[in-house]
Amino acid sequence: MDGKKGIIIAGGIVGVLSVLLVYFGNPMNMGFCIACFIRDIAGGIGLHRAPVVQYIRPEIIGLVIGAFIIALANKEFETKGGSSPFSRFLLGVVVMIGALIFLGCPLRMVLRLGGGDLNAIFGIVGFIIGILVGVQFLNKGFNLKRNYKLPTVEGYLFPVVNLGLLALLIVAPAFLFFSETGPGSMYAPVFIALAAGLLVGILAQKTRLCMVGGTRDMILFKDSHLLLGFISILVFSFLANLAFGFFNPGFAGQPVAHTDGLWNFLGMAIVGWGAVLLGGCPLRQLILSGEGNVDSVITVVGMLVGAAIAHNFALASSVEGPSPNGKIAAIICIVFLGVISYLNSEDLFKKSA
Amino acid sequence: MKKIDTSGTGCPQPVLMTKKALEGSPEGIDIIVDNNTAKNNVARFLKNSGYNFSIKEEADNFLIEARK
Repeated sequence: MDGKKGIIIAGGIVGVLSVLLVYFGNPMNMGFCIACFIRDIAGGIGLHRAPVVQYIRPEIIGLVIGAFIIALANKEFETKGGSSPFSRFLLGVVVMIGALIFLGCPLRMVLRLGGGDLNAIFGIVGFIIGILVGVQFLNKGFNLKRNYKLPTVEGYLFPVVNLGLLALLIVAPAFLFFSETGPGSMYAPVFIALAAGLLVGILAQKTRLCMVGGTRDMILFKDSHLLLGFISILVFSFLANLAFGFFNPGFAGQPVAHTDGLWNFLGMAIVGWGAVLLGGCPLRQLILSGEGNVDSVITVVGMLVGAAIAHNFALASSVEGPSPNGKIAAIICIVFLGVISYLNSEDLFKKSA
Repeated sequence: MKKIDTSGTGCPQPVLMTKKALEGSPEGIDIIVDNNTAKNNVARFLKNSGYNFSIKEEADNFLIEARK
């Protein structure tokens, strides 16, 4: 599955599977959404109490376990960490806040456009601008310093935690929260969602599929490899939406989306910039967390906490548009990204030895 | 031959370090990478940039020798 053909096929499968998950019960244009699903899990375990977005999403569990299994099988599982972990945690928080202002991660951004949601165009433009800003700092020597090998058991913990989440979902004890209305109440059957997650986890691990890497590598190295995956998801989700009669072009009344172009733009600009600094999109962070990369585990935990903050502090947008608190949070996120970018760029900020 | 070690760095640092090093030593460099993703990304970059290269597996790493 190496090479161009592999990443195009993987993107195509992700695009079609995403529409199938909608057919089986997921919210529209939300076959996969890493940000939304981590947000739902945060609600499911009670970290926030927004009643419409609480569920333990098996797709997330499948992605991590799929990546874990294939990495083990291919001898690519390696426990490592220690590359600016708290910066990564906070970047995870920031990326989640940006995604919940737009209402979707980069993957859902593409799936929204594939379903005809033209508001996603503002998101994509913002995403590209955010990546461009991040790349400027990469060219000025931005990095979060190297990682180090860690004991193997450390890398096994996150996949095990995900198995624990699956057990909780199946047993469904009373202390969990499950939405009765809203997006959190709409889901494909557990084992279909889990299987889809496993398959995409395997494909994404094999092909290194990354929504931010495509644009970044195109700008940095004129390398179109990962961008082909991004485009393939868009094309195949569009075709599958057409085939299932889900395609509904327009701006107003799109599912789990708002029409405020400026904040769609800014939300995804934050995600693009933050994800470039992290070295990968939310999907890629989940896959790496299954491969033993504990820095990515910390990033995912940051996204989980970010989702809880976003709903507890009323930062997340609704279908009516962005919230006043969300707008303030977005500005704080942009300032934070600027400071982190500057202080970690070796050509701009020479640390005193 | 100039040698760079990209061990422990994540995307896109190994390729970025390779690109910068080649700008200083366009005739060629040796690159140490410590995982398959970085190995494939660096190899793809060298191919796209018109360099010949060989990959040798060492203890925990790969040594990529890039030559014009």
